[in-house]
Amino acid sequence: MSIGHTLLGLLEAGPRHGYDLKRAFDEKFGHDRPLHYGQVYSTMSRLLKNGLVEVDAIEAGGGPERKRYAITDAGITDVQRWLATPQKPEEYLQSTLYTRVVLALLTRRDATEILDTQRSEHLRSMRILTDRKRKGDLADQLICDHALFHLEADLRWLELTAARLDKLREAVTL
Amino acid sequence: MTNSPPDSLLTAHDLRKAYGPTHALDGAEFSIHPGEVVAIMGPSGSGKSTLLHCLAGIVPPDSGSITYNGRELTKMSDAQRSALRRSEFGFVFQFGQLVPELTCVENVALPLRLNGSSRKDALRTALGWMERLEVDDLKAKRPGEVSGGQGQRVAVARALVTGPRLLFADEPTGALDSSNGERVMGLLTEAARATNAAVVLVTHETHVAAYSDREIVVRDGKSRDMERSV
Amino acid sequence: MSPRQWIRDLAMGARFAVTGGREGWVRMTLTAVGVGLGVALLLLCTALPNVFAARLKVEDARYDNTYSEKAPPKADNTFLIAATDTAWHDDDIRGRLVEPEGKRAPLPPGVDSFPGKGEMVVSPALKDLLASDDAKLLRERLPYKITGTIGESGLIGSHELAYYAGASGLKLTDVSPVHRLTEYGKPDETPEKTDPVLLLMVLVVFVVLLTPVAVFIAAAVRFGGERRDRRLAALRLVGSDSHMTRRFAAGEALAGALLGLVIGTAFFLLGRQTLGSTELLGVSVWPSYLDPSPALAALVAVAIPVAAVLVTLLAMRGVVVEPLGVVRAAKQRRRRLWWRLMPPLAGLAMLYPLIGKGRKNGDFNQYLVIGGVLLLLIGITALLPWVVEAVVVPLGKGALSWQLAVRRLQLSSGTAARMVNGIAVAVAGAIALQMLFTGTQSQYTKATGKDPSRVQMQVDFSERKPLSGVERDFTGTKGVRAAVALATSEYGDARRDPENSNGLTVGSCTALRELATLPSCKDGDVFVTRTRSHYTTPSNADEIAIVKPGRQLYIDPSYDDAERGIEAPWTVPANVRVVDARKDSLQDANGLLVTPAALPAKAASALFSDGVYLRLDPSVPDSREYIRNAVARIDPLASTYGWSATQEDVKYTSIRTGLFVGSFFVLALIGASLLVSQLEQLRERRKLLSALVAFGTQRRTLSLSVLWQTALPVGLGLVLATTVGVTLGSVLLKMTRTPVAMDWASVLTMTGVGAAVVGVVTLLSLPPLLRMMRPEGLRTE
Repeated sequence: MSIGHTLLGLLEAGPRHGYDLKRAFDEKFGHDRPLHYGQVYSTMSRLLKNGLVEVDAIEAGGGPERKRYAITDAGITDVQRWLATPQKPEEYLQSTLYTRVVLALLTRRDATEILDTQRSEHLRSMRILTDRKRKGDLADQLICDHALFHLEADLRWLELTAARLDKLREAVTL
Repeated sequence: MTNSPPDSLLTAHDLRKAYGPTHALDGAEFSIHPGEVVAIMGPSGSGKSTLLHCLAGIVPPDSGSITYNGRELTKMSDAQRSALRRSEFGFVFQFGQLVPELTCVENVALPLRLNGSSRKDALRTALGWMERLEVDDLKAKRPGEVSGGQGQRVAVARALVTGPRLLFADEPTGALDSSNGERVMGLLTEAARATNAAVVLVTHETHVAAYSDREIVVRDGKSRDMERSV
Repeated sequence: MSPRQWIRDLAMGARFAVTGGREGWVRMTLTAVGVGLGVALLLLCTALPNVFAARLKVEDARYDNTYSEKAPPKADNTFLIAATDTAWHDDDIRGRLVEPEGKRAPLPPGVDSFPGKGEMVVSPALKDLLASDDAKLLRERLPYKITGTIGESGLIGSHELAYYAGASGLKLTDVSPVHRLTEYGKPDETPEKTDPVLLLMVLVVFVVLLTPVAVFIAAAVRFGGERRDRRLAALRLVGSDSHMTRRFAAGEALAGALLGLVIGTAFFLLGRQTLGSTELLGVSVWPSYLDPSPALAALVAVAIPVAAVLVTLLAMRGVVVEPLGVVRAAKQRRRRLWWRLMPPLAGLAMLYPLIGKGRKNGDFNQYLVIGGVLLLLIGITALLPWVVEAVVVPLGKGALSWQLAVRRLQLSSGTAARMVNGIAVAVAGAIALQMLFTGTQSQYTKATGKDPSRVQMQVDFSERKPLSGVERDFTGTKGVRAAVALATSEYGDARRDPENSNGLTVGSCTALRELATLPSCKDGDVFVTRTRSHYTTPSNADEIAIVKPGRQLYIDPSYDDAERGIEAPWTVPANVRVVDARKDSLQDANGLLVTPAALPAKAASALFSDGVYLRLDPSVPDSREYIRNAVARIDPLASTYGWSATQEDVKYTSIRTGLFVGSFFVLALIGASLLVSQLEQLRERRKLLSALVAFGTQRRTLSLSVLWQTALPVGLGLVLATTVGVTLGSVLLKMTRTPVAMDWASVLTMTGVGAAVVGVVTLLSLPPLLRMMRPEGLRTE
């Protein structure tokens, strides 16, 4: 995820202090991983350098950094460009799971066991996400669904592979 | 052999069932605790529906034992099993379960009336459950006039209206899109938890299975408990 | 819309029916079998005129004309014939004794060579009967050796019992039933004018029997309609418009109807053979008689497919086939009554001008009769859906099974009504006919004046038999409780050519008491009755004047032109008494009643038996057969008949028999169609039934709901049928100028029969219902 663009986007609503920016980010997108304050600081200085933000005001007081940032016109254009450019879809061609299954087959280990174990693990994650989704608000539901669908895709792959395990064994051990 | 925990609600051991030459069940095991939601998964034709039908006492297995609350299901008469299904179990199927000529609320009230409740009481209780599943505005409609998701929620209301200890759901979201499916599953599990009813959930969709506490996979008529095997 | 496109769409629909996979085939087979049954019955009806003609032809060909004025002289081509008809239990046996008098004597139809003395040729059915174990008594009665069988050309049906026995020495006298003929065959005679009321009955019978068949065929082309609609929805999805879909549906029905014609013809041919070898209500025919008249058969062949298309198009009007499913005009408008009342009212209007015509004012207008009756009966099918809907809509409370049934009926009252239409029409027709028959019965039934509680059988000998011994012959016979023999002779007041002459009856005191009220009686007494029973001028004063004590009379006086009598002189004894004749006297001609001892010995040979009256022992089974055997021993040419209080007009009876035979077939047909549509409905609901059982519904509840679901429309249908039937019956009776009287017993019988058919069908559909409720129905994989 591009933290720079996200912070820029948050600034478009109005000037904020660095601390406010972190809080807003964590609330909306942070989920499991809150932003370090250092990350905010370094990102903002990079954006300042590129002329995408400017310091709106520096408040006097005790805190380490009481700068208030505002977005520049160049910054707005940059956010616009970022949103308009489609993201390159993930290709998932490098799969650790696939590697492990093939290795198990090559070494004549029980690949079914690997698949089933993974399946249980995936489902456990799905259960947690489903539970969280049920208790959370719409934003929670959407982000959980995103994860759930990916996990579901993995699970479908696991099922399909389990069904085709014999053929795969023939193919890789030939 | 699986040693079922002593506090389990329903336990099945070494179930076998053949339809002609096809072995739908070939030594399947199962157990469920009170209030637990267990998903039965597996590829099509693996025997998951047959397992559910056997567990619910709808179809007698060829061999094996099924114990519900200390009573052996396979030794009961058809009438006893019917009575059990009426009072202790609830059912939700994929489709074709609502009586098309009865209104929705009459459909929900049906199990109560089968148990001998008066019409008035049955309708009142039924309406309560329909509110809980957010379909009370459909009470006077016939199943043909409501959407698939609404119909399925009516079916869930009907399954829960008798306060069953065990709910059997066979592909309850099979005919629904994902958002309607989610809604049905959410309401179903929530209601089941609220009444401490256990749920046996047959599905081939993992995101539906994710509503469960535990998963059992059926392959070629054999069951596998995914938690215990880990 | 161009006819070409019509044909293309119909053909397309027909192809869908054929290539529609297993389900399509099942549907088409159901329709075809249903239509086939109807077609077979229609073909049978078209063959009926031929049956009558063929039977009449045989009857005419073998007719032995005994009414000719003068017997021809004995010649090379003459033969003697005597009727020896008898009966075995309830079956009549046509019997003839034949004796050829020359080489060129003609053979009876169907017979190859004359049986010799003591031999006989028999019909196949009689041969089988004689060979059966329980026909020992009949074998005794017909002790002839079987030398051949009578061919088809000499019999009116495969089950007719008939024989020709060879005889020799038959005597042709004035009184014997022996006749001399030169040929068989009925002389031409002017046809009798048919009674208009009987003709009316025949018309009504046909309409009443055929209308349910038509209703049935209309129902048959709609078998499995719900599945078909689903298939049509798929066709809409790939781009056919709603008009095309309707024509596709019609095409499918057309294919079913055409196949039905083929199957119907096959049924008919099979049925023809079966009917040729069975007997129904004493009527049997030969398969060759059952030849449909070509014009009528062609009409059936054209009308059925056309009707199939029309009925389907009509039925599809209420159905909107959308690409993603079928909307059966979901929120149906309530059915309107006014146009549904039109057909029955129009029917009544057509019959109205015929009211009060009676038998004497010429024939009834056939078109008005057929049209009127048809419209009234068809009116039931229009009214019934409305009635069912009107009654069912406000219902709903009650037991669960009741609720399930009522709700189902509310949703599809049309289907329910359709199922019952056939039976309602049949019952209404039957009630009307029954009223017509009962009402006019008295016009076609004559009282015989005989009291079967007094005498059950009467024997008339073919020749004069001496009185002595006749009574004894019978009192010894098994099954006879009492036998009364009467003898007659003649007396006159002179030895030759008497001025006054009269008959006298001789019998024992017991026998005479059956004729007159005797204050006392001992052998040797003589009575003369004050009145004569059954005479228009009952007074017997003239005879009382002649029979005065001491007067010289002569028994069996001689006349100029005849052979000489016995001329036994008899003085009227002093103890002659005047008595009252019984109103229910066994004989008409009772005037002078004499006990045997009162006559001189010489008179004995002048006495001839004048019938033996038998009272039977009800505890002896087959008593009638024993008596017939005894009679055959004493006098093979004697006629024996049972007494009954009334006698029905033969034509009237045969129309009624025809109605019973026809009703049997129609009810069987309707029962079959009910069963098929019931099973069809159950199959459509298989999944639901399984689900209901899964959550613990008792089978009893479901079975009961199925029963209610049938019983409710049937009950309503029968009520409507009774109303229409009674109305039609009253109108028909008014037309024949017969007072309208309600025969509730027969109304109840008819509705009961209708209800029984439905009951049987419900019972028969229970096993499949129970099977469908088995949980296997839930399996989808």
